[in-house]
Amino acid sequence: MESKNTISGRVWKYGDNVNTDVIFPGKYTYTVSDPADMPRYALEDLDARFSAGVQPNDIIVAGTNWGCGSSREQAVICLKHGGLGAIVAKSFARIYYRNCLNAALPALICPNAVDAIGNGETIEIDLEAGEIHCNAGTFTFQPLPAAIMKIFEAGGLIPYTRNILRESHTEATHIPSS
Amino acid sequence: MGQTFAEKILAKKAGLKRVIPGEIVQITPDVALSHDNTAPIIGIFRKMGGVKVFDTEMHAIFLDHAAPAPTTKHAENHRIIRDFVRKQGIPYFFDVGRGVCHQVLVEEGLALPGEVVLGSDSHTLHAGVMGAFGAGIGRSEMASIWALGDLWLRVPESIKIVVHGALATWVTAKDLALHVIGDLGADGALYMSVEWHGEAIEALDLSQRAVLTNMTAEVGAKNSYIPPDQKVFAYLDKRAKRVFKPVYPDSNADYTLVVEYDASTIEPMIACPHTVDNVRPLSEITGTHIDQAFIGTCTNGRLDDLAAAAHVISGKQVADGTRMIVIPASSQVYKEALRKGYIETLLNAGAVIESPGCGPCMGNHMGVPAVGEVTISSANRNFRGRMGTKESEIYLANPLVVAASAVTGVITHPKDLV
Ligand code: SF4
Repeated sequence: MESKNTISGRVWKYGDNVNTDVIFPGKYTYTVSDPADMPRYALEDLDARFSAGVQPNDIIVAGTNWGCGSSREQAVICLKHGGLGAIVAKSFARIYYRNCLNAALPALICPNAVDAIGNGETIEIDLEAGEIHCNAGTFTFQPLPAAIMKIFEAGGLIPYTRNILRESHTEATHIPSS
Repeated sequence: MGQTFAEKILAKKAGLKRVIPGEIVQITPDVALSHDNTAPIIGIFRKMGGVKVFDTEMHAIFLDHAAPAPTTKHAENHRIIRDFVRKQGIPYFFDVGRGVCHQVLVEEGLALPGEVVLGSDSHTLHAGVMGAFGAGIGRSEMASIWALGDLWLRVPESIKIVVHGALATWVTAKDLALHVIGDLGADGALYMSVEWHGEAIEALDLSQRAVLTNMTAEVGAKNSYIPPDQKVFAYLDKRAKRVFKPVYPDSNADYTLVVEYDASTIEPMIACPHTVDNVRPLSEITGTHIDQAFIGTCTNGRLDDLAAAAHVISGKQVADGTRMIVIPASSQVYKEALRKGYIETLLNAGAVIESPGCGPCMGNHMGVPAVGEVTISSANRNFRGRMGTKESEIYLANPLVVAASAVTGVITHPKDLV
């Protein structure tokens, strides 16, 4: 069994500026609300093979600005619930990046690795060491800041918030830090 | 070294002397904006164990994305939100027909200089037109704010855009925005705070300035800011819901990038399918066939946009086989446009007027295209599938061009009509 902080999987490689309308089409945003149903529509307009072919811990490797466009969280949830292990990109759209971290789906910025990794190869990501091992060698990325790791370690923002709310029930009130 | 707008306001809100780009700060926003997606956020809030929201006054909730409800499912979505609003006692709730969230937030005096607006909508940057720090966040983040009152933000790097000169006839803030987006690219300001400066910006009316802060989302920015001036203060006089204190960047602040443009050299621009940064001068694509012309949205559905459309189309007719859809961005805009006769002019020309809201902007209802059809739109996004079907094309333009194209059935420069 590999450790919780290591992700090993097959690569699905995509280009630059893939927007949330093709990751999770807007027409489903108010009709498909159960996260369990979302993987079926993942990347529907970009890669018709993806939703049927994705396996647990597979990894998307993408160019710049992955997840640009609308702020819809389903564009992260549909991948997370489909079993995706991580996304490595040259850069992420801001809200998409936040949604990933808050859903505890590792979103890693590593431009050199993106250029070196081929579609379909199996790579290994060590979150703790900040390393990506692929056919072309080892690449390093900036480990996540401590504040984010806390959310990440709780399993996402939802359990993180739930934990704080639960603690605050034993204290008098929750006082925000600002 | 001085500080940028983003550094100053985030330091102030975090209770720190100063902050640096890349730093993570914990912020309590002044406004937490949500719309039809409030229903799923309620679900997440419950899952988190949330019972009572942290601060009812912080919320601004709008029913606009599919409003009035086009299907039973949407209607139930709305009902869940109304129930929640009533039970929680949330004062700032705007039901169907009031208009698009970003526009109504400004009209209601809830987007204020020196304040922070976080919204579960990617165009929350819009609020920067009033000198606020407006940024989009995800649904879980919104639910977490409802529960805890605060959220982490990464202090962004800043870009300064300086626009000199004045815009020419037929050229609007939309064309300036498209020009800048084409120049910087869809990721040109990723994670960054964008500040708009220069005499061309100062000369713009608030409605036109809002096009800029709204569309800054299309270069990947975190927030977009225009220094609030007398125009803003005059507008807020009698409207502002709270006492506010503007925040301005220091003149010696450190910007990652400073870009300068000369407004007088900019011509009418079009964003071609299927990305907003696929921008070309209007002159290169006039004559392109269209099936539908759409004027509306938070980007260009305000009074001056309806006035521009009415001016172009007055005494003419929408072309045979072409549809023209007009949706005022808010009920206030609608009332003013009625009073000034713009609605009548548009109706006489054969346009369809729909109730205020987002309409077909993201493919929900009230004018979605058929497979294979082409729309010219005054909105902010033309992504594949945006208006409902991936087999259709969207061109983005200023309202003058949209109206002129409705008359001819092909993409048309308004000067060739009037
Ligand atoms: S009008 Fe369009 S861009 Fe504006 S808030 Fe509505 S859906 Fe979003």
